[in-house]
Amino acid sequence: MDFKLKVWRQADAQTKGRMVNLDAKDISPDSSFLEMLDVVNEGLIRSGGDPIAFDHDCREGICGMCGAVVNGYAHGHQKGTTLCQLHMRSFRNGSAISIEPWRSRAFPVICDLVVDRRAFDAIIAAGGFITVRAGSAPDGNALPVPKDKADGAMDAAACIGCGACVAACPNASAMLFVAAKVAHLAALPQGRPEQARRALAMVRAMEESGFGACTNHGECEAACPKEISVNHIALLNREFIAASAAAVPPRDEIGE
Amino acid sequence: MAASGVIVFGFIVVHILGNLQLFAGPEALNRYAAFLQGLGPLKWAVRALLAASAAVHIVTAVQLTVQNWQARPRRYATIRYRATDYAARTMWIGGPIIGLFVIWHLLHLTTGHCHPAGQFAADSNGIINVYNSVVIGFMDPAAAAVYILAMLLVGLHLYHGLWSMMQSIGLNHPGWNHWRRWFAVLFAAFVALAGISLPVAVLTGFVTPA
Ligand code: HEM
Ligand code: FES
Repeated sequence: MDFKLKVWRQADAQTKGRMVNLDAKDISPDSSFLEMLDVVNEGLIRSGGDPIAFDHDCREGICGMCGAVVNGYAHGHQKGTTLCQLHMRSFRNGSAISIEPWRSRAFPVICDLVVDRRAFDAIIAAGGFITVRAGSAPDGNALPVPKDKADGAMDAAACIGCGACVAACPNASAMLFVAAKVAHLAALPQGRPEQARRALAMVRAMEESGFGACTNHGECEAACPKEISVNHIALLNREFIAASAAAVPPRDEIGE
Repeated sequence: MAASGVIVFGFIVVHILGNLQLFAGPEALNRYAAFLQGLGPLKWAVRALLAASAAVHIVTAVQLTVQNWQARPRRYATIRYRATDYAARTMWIGGPIIGLFVIWHLLHLTTGHCHPAGQFAADSNGIINVYNSVVIGFMDPAAAAVYILAMLLVGLHLYHGLWSMMQSIGLNHPGWNHWRRWFAVLFAAFVALAGISLPVAVLTGFVTPA
């Protein structure tokens, strides 16, 4: 298959970037989107050019490293699919494909399609953890968890932290990411001790990182490769309101 | 945002339901208006609460909108939406338009400054003919059109506002989550249609001056 790519090229964070036209030729319909970029990059390297920089790791849809806005959709048009799991057979032969990095003030471009997502790390560091002893693995059934709670926690824990929610949100808000992390831990007994502080600290870290605020467009849920529901956002708001009412200090030195 | 919005919308609902008494004839509406005017200090308390809520609503809306515009300094060359709707995307501009409408509406039907017949004086019983004021006001097709358009905008704003409010205050439950959109749509449609029914009734000659 052949495609006419329009790719965002940007040498580094300081340089101004622009959309560049590139041809992708002789692409196997069974290759993934990232494999298509690999083929294009091999051509670029052979002709002495710079390959297109993009993030990736597992290439099996579980690590959350990959991602780009393809034809206007975060991770491309296919629902519930990461970019590494999107196959070229789902594009029309000969069609034009536009490829841009996630765009958000909180995710500055490092190079081409690679963005700096450390803002997510800062949010996790603020409260996305539990204070249990990190020794040997505990017995699986030592803490009974009701089935519905476990399922709910798993639904939220499916978040791979790729940032598609921010990329797709008209406000570049990270609300779905924070909601998934808070909902995941709040549903389980292990997450209970830090519950109130977590909601406050993670929301504050989100606000300090320069993300937009949620106005409930719902684009995040539609773009999420793990199809995490915006219902988690209502849950986050409930947690946040309850924690604010309880007036717990947001920056508690947990574990010290 | 949510708290101030709820107060303003609470008022609109009561206000439009109260106005439906137009269909019950001049006595009913004028008695209702006289009753409201007779509330004295309570009337001023409600007005103060509404003005404060409107101010809070506007200030927080501006902050929110500015924050969200700044959150994406460089826009996408190509972006496609698949979940958001017209109501959600027009909140930032629909709000100010409704605000302008409210100002004109107060000059029209409350003070009479923008009303063909001006503010009606109270009769010997202290009753102001609000009924005629409204009906004569709506007999001007341009004024009626402004009300109808404004009510459509209120419906849109209310639909997304209600849905967003339920999310913002954490009103959700697996048992009735799928009803939340319907609730917002039906509630907003009811308010808009009730509001539109008044100018339409006058324009079609169904309701005439007393
Ligand atoms: C078809 C729709 C509407 C009709 C027929 C209507 C009618 C009226 C009338 C007759 C009054 C004056 C009552 C008096 O003389 O004391 C009034 C006052 C008012 N209306 Fe409306 N209205 C409509 C929609 C709205 C909407 C959508 C809003 C707000 C967004 C609104 C906000 C107000 C306010 C703030 C007042 C002043 C209340 C006060 O005096 O304290 N109205 N309206
Ligand atoms: S590369 Fe790991 S999710 Fe796509």
